[in-house]
Amino acid sequence: MAITAGIKDATAIAGIGQTAFARQLPESERTLACRAILAALDDAGIAPAEVDALASFTMEETDEVEVAKALGLGDLTFFSKVGYGGGGSCATVAHLAAAIASGQATVGVAWRSRKRGSGPRPWKNTAVQLPTPAQWTRPFGLLRPADEIAMLTRRHMHEYGTTRDHLFNVALACRNRANQNPAAIMYDRPLTREMYMTSRWISEPLCLFDNCLETDGALACVVVSAERARDCRRTPVYIHSAAQGLPAQHHGMVNYWNDDPLTGPAWTAARHLWKHADFTPEDVQVAQIYDAFTALIPLSLEGYGFCGRGEGGAFTEGGALEIGGRLPMNTGGGGLSEAYVHGFNLITEGVRQLRGTSTAQVPGAGTCLVTAGEGVPTSALLLRN
Amino acid sequence: MLTPVVDDDGAPFWGYAAQGELRVQTCADCEEPRFPPRPCCPHCQSFASEWRQVSGRGRVWSYVVPHPPLLPEYAELAPYNVILVELADAPRIRLVGNLVTGPDAPLNSLSPDRIRIGARVQVVFSGDGLPQWMLERP
Ligand SMILES: [Zn+2]
Repeated sequence: MAITAGIKDATAIAGIGQTAFARQLPESERTLACRAILAALDDAGIAPAEVDALASFTMEETDEVEVAKALGLGDLTFFSKVGYGGGGSCATVAHLAAAIASGQATVGVAWRSRKRGSGPRPWKNTAVQLPTPAQWTRPFGLLRPADEIAMLTRRHMHEYGTTRDHLFNVALACRNRANQNPAAIMYDRPLTREMYMTSRWISEPLCLFDNCLETDGALACVVVSAERARDCRRTPVYIHSAAQGLPAQHHGMVNYWNDDPLTGPAWTAARHLWKHADFTPEDVQVAQIYDAFTALIPLSLEGYGFCGRGEGGAFTEGGALEIGGRLPMNTGGGGLSEAYVHGFNLITEGVRQLRGTSTAQVPGAGTCLVTAGEGVPTSALLLRN
Repeated sequence: MLTPVVDDDGAPFWGYAAQGELRVQTCADCEEPRFPPRPCCPHCQSFASEWRQVSGRGRVWSYVVPHPPLLPEYAELAPYNVILVELADAPRIRLVGNLVTGPDAPLNSLSPDRIRIGARVQVVFSGDGLPQWMLERP
């Protein structure tokens, strides 16, 4: 009997696809999903009828039945949805990798389609708030994800000397990469320190430029076995390691109630991710780190082991996140400056880096970390070529 | 303003708050306090719990100052403060609230530049049963 080898390098991303990104797109989320998925299948050179697995977010409004019916997919033998908003992005790919590596399916598609730009802001809907987490926060005016993350940000500043300049370094790196990426919403909009420091507050200590964009758009990627990927038309991007993370005693959007609220789900995902990898954080040449808020980057840098606890702010100094720096980050512009589609554009940009086709290519990039939302139950991928 | 959408586990907290008491769910077997409330003790798996009164003293662990866009009633008060209080009796229990100048004072009654992490605070209760916080040394 074969000893299970896990999922290491057993599967690869063979195709990626996306729609345009804009504040408002006229087509429906379902239409956008169909376009992105067909683009990804075309990129891989795989026919829709060969797809037998799907994975997406629980917040995704286009369900498997509708997608499969519209696109002429084959019989599906695996379909999965991952919860916790932006924490689920990498897990969609991880679920497909596990399904394909274990023989439950052969061609998987993960996708996210969202009209966040033209739709309502989720926090404005007071009717659908789950009572369990919200009763302890919302009556007091802690209403939005930005408020919840700002609470951790202020504490990180107090304990470790993280500054607004550190957060600006994050915003600037993303904006600089977006200025190189014609698909990015902020392609022709440079950011200066003056603009950042004088912008309006959203939730002190977070200002406008610490918050992600609000975008309409859809993206998809195709996962197949490593063997199959080598016969596809693009350079295979192998899924080297994957992890989800829901720490013990976690709670809601952010956890103010464990021993150490500044140690979030990233730490849990990271332990599993590195345990199953052949390389370490020092070997990662480029990273796509979930950036709904700039302040998530210091927390994630610490959680994934790029620096010590409390050093995430200082890590951003000296151009570390820029091309040529220690860890070039969010090279398509990320959620802050390319598009905010629940982090799915970070996955496709990771694939581009390892194909050598990014608009801000890191020379010779061979390894890439992609992360999902920190604070919520999360997930991450280590990709290699 | 939003009122708490209470669930079964949280209902006793709000019931006591309406009587002007700050009580925390505590395991009746191993005596570990826990928050937010839940049916079972994560330390010893006991389903027996009681609600123990705490002193109502604490320290500011962190705070934010929200600005619009906000829900309309909150936008009218913005900028206001939201604090996270670490209870003196149980430091791992942290409660979200507002630092105000007195019972029933609005969310924006205290200037944000008066707030410091580590400041000692004391609970007071608004007329509608929400815990609020005042500086121990105003
Ligand atoms: Zn117990």
